[in-house]
Amino acid sequence: MLTMAAGKGQGYIGQGLGFADLLAGLYFHAMRYDPKNPSWEDRDRFILSTGHYSIALWAALAEIRVLSLKELSLYGADGSRLEMSTLDSTPGVEITGGSLGHGLGQGVGMALGLRLKEKQSRVFVELSDGELQEGSTWEAAMAASHFNLGHLVAIIDCNGIQADGPIVLNIEPVAEKWRAFGWNTQEIDGNDMEQIVTALDQARRGGRQPYAIVARTLPGKGVPSIEQCEKAHFLNVTHIDWNEAIRELEAHHD
Amino acid sequence: MTSRGQTTAMGVSDQVEGYPAVTAPFGQALVEAGRRRSDVVGLTADLGKYTDILPFAEAFPNRYFNVGMAEQNLIGVAAGLARTGFVPFCTTYCVFATRRAYDFIAIGCALSRLNVKIVAGLPGLTTGYGGTHQGIEDLALMRAMPNLTVIDPCDATELAQATVAIAEHDGPVYLRLLRGRVPAVLDPAHYRFEVGKARLLRDGADVALISTGLMTQRTLEAAAQLVTDGINAAVLHVSTLKPFDREKVLALLEKVPAVVTAENHSTSGGLASAVADAAVDAGVRLRLRRVGIPDCFCNCGSIPYLVKRYGMDTASIVAAARAVLSESTSLRAAPTLSREHST
Repeated sequence: MLTMAAGKGQGYIGQGLGFADLLAGLYFHAMRYDPKNPSWEDRDRFILSTGHYSIALWAALAEIRVLSLKELSLYGADGSRLEMSTLDSTPGVEITGGSLGHGLGQGVGMALGLRLKEKQSRVFVELSDGELQEGSTWEAAMAASHFNLGHLVAIIDCNGIQADGPIVLNIEPVAEKWRAFGWNTQEIDGNDMEQIVTALDQARRGGRQPYAIVARTLPGKGVPSIEQCEKAHFLNVTHIDWNEAIRELEAHHD
Repeated sequence: MTSRGQTTAMGVSDQVEGYPAVTAPFGQALVEAGRRRSDVVGLTADLGKYTDILPFAEAFPNRYFNVGMAEQNLIGVAAGLARTGFVPFCTTYCVFATRRAYDFIAIGCALSRLNVKIVAGLPGLTTGYGGTHQGIEDLALMRAMPNLTVIDPCDATELAQATVAIAEHDGPVYLRLLRGRVPAVLDPAHYRFEVGKARLLRDGADVALISTGLMTQRTLEAAAQLVTDGINAAVLHVSTLKPFDREKVLALLEKVPAVVTAENHSTSGGLASAVADAAVDAGVRLRLRRVGIPDCFCNCGSIPYLVKRYGMDTASIVAAARAVLSESTSLRAAPTLSREHST
């Protein structure tokens, strides 16, 4: 991700790093898919509702070899399929995201469709805390519990930032809202792998209720110089020494 | 004191006089489409009863979803169903589909060319509930959206045929709905709807009457009345507004000296605009009168009252044809765009 952002000179790197642990949990623990056939009918679906977090999804799709590591250098380049915001024409991408408030509704539709087809596939939808301000998110949340979509999992990435800065309109208490809408809800530290894996395992238990994971994440996780960028929504290269950032991240993983 | 017309309750049709009527042609046709294709599913946003989709719900209860009063989610859920291989038909009113869920149709459906069919009731002046419920600018909004097919059927015959046809058509479609007891003006034994094709319903060399939706019913009546004036009017019915059958429209424009358009919609952004665009692009000079809803929100009232008040009745089409023909011949040299609506 850092290399992609450095190549481009900018990007949603703070959000990407904050959500990376959850993506690792999804692609390396929870989800069933075939990297050789990204459109396999029986796959679990992952919807990135915040399409502008694409930088994290491209990294994950490269890790599972749906995309090549080499192609990552084309992030955001003219004519590239690795856009700054996701398009469904790119392999491994389920919806065209980025206009917020669309992901969960389409996830509800997919979950209904998969059930009609008697598939065992599950649907995971990432949404952001800022996206909880979109009314359509709650229309979809209400429908998911009404239709007993126990194979639908919403992962709410609560990183505390939105376009105009720190959350501009209070959305708390997040977990209580999801419970009130009929979701089985768990609140976790979204950068703690043990908690992530435990929550994803619990979501698998089935039942009729959809499952919400309220994940508190730290933007820029793993790179102290980015973590310290005060609530940065969109980072420009001028603020960051990318080589230093990569060294920090490597040190974090040692 | 003369007796006044009354605004009628939801679901009551005022348009059955003089023609055989078909009850719930959309719902019946959707059942037929559902029998042909197991991937057809039905959705509504708390308007099942009022959009004639209940026959489908009864025939295929497992393939029917009522998402409640939530039009954004109606379209979002339909998009998700389309992404898992289904052909969702979702019903609501024109005003809710277009004004409230526009972003969801654009991004959720049209951008990805998903196979979602939006069936929208209460087009134009088919309800007396006023500006909140009358879809007067939906065709303009939907025509502006890339990848979307936009259809305004004339009657029960065409609505039923279009319903079956769009189930087979791959891509997002916006279909205007006529509900309840709907007149059958076109003969099902002879009329064949095709997506994207205009139909010449009557030939004539004096004036072209180009119409869409239920206004074609009144346009045919107007053409019959004009015969008594010795005026031979052609009637071209353009049920698919997008893609627009430019060829057939231009072929007719070249044959006649003047044109009247008639649509159950604002005169701006719908059929009249599409005809004018086609003429301008082809360099065809045009004398055009537009019959349709003027640039205003309409009142509440009974349908006959509203239709007359806003210049949408048969008499308004006849008057527009006479007016456009009586313009001085010197005008033929200059393109004229004028609008016709009585007050």
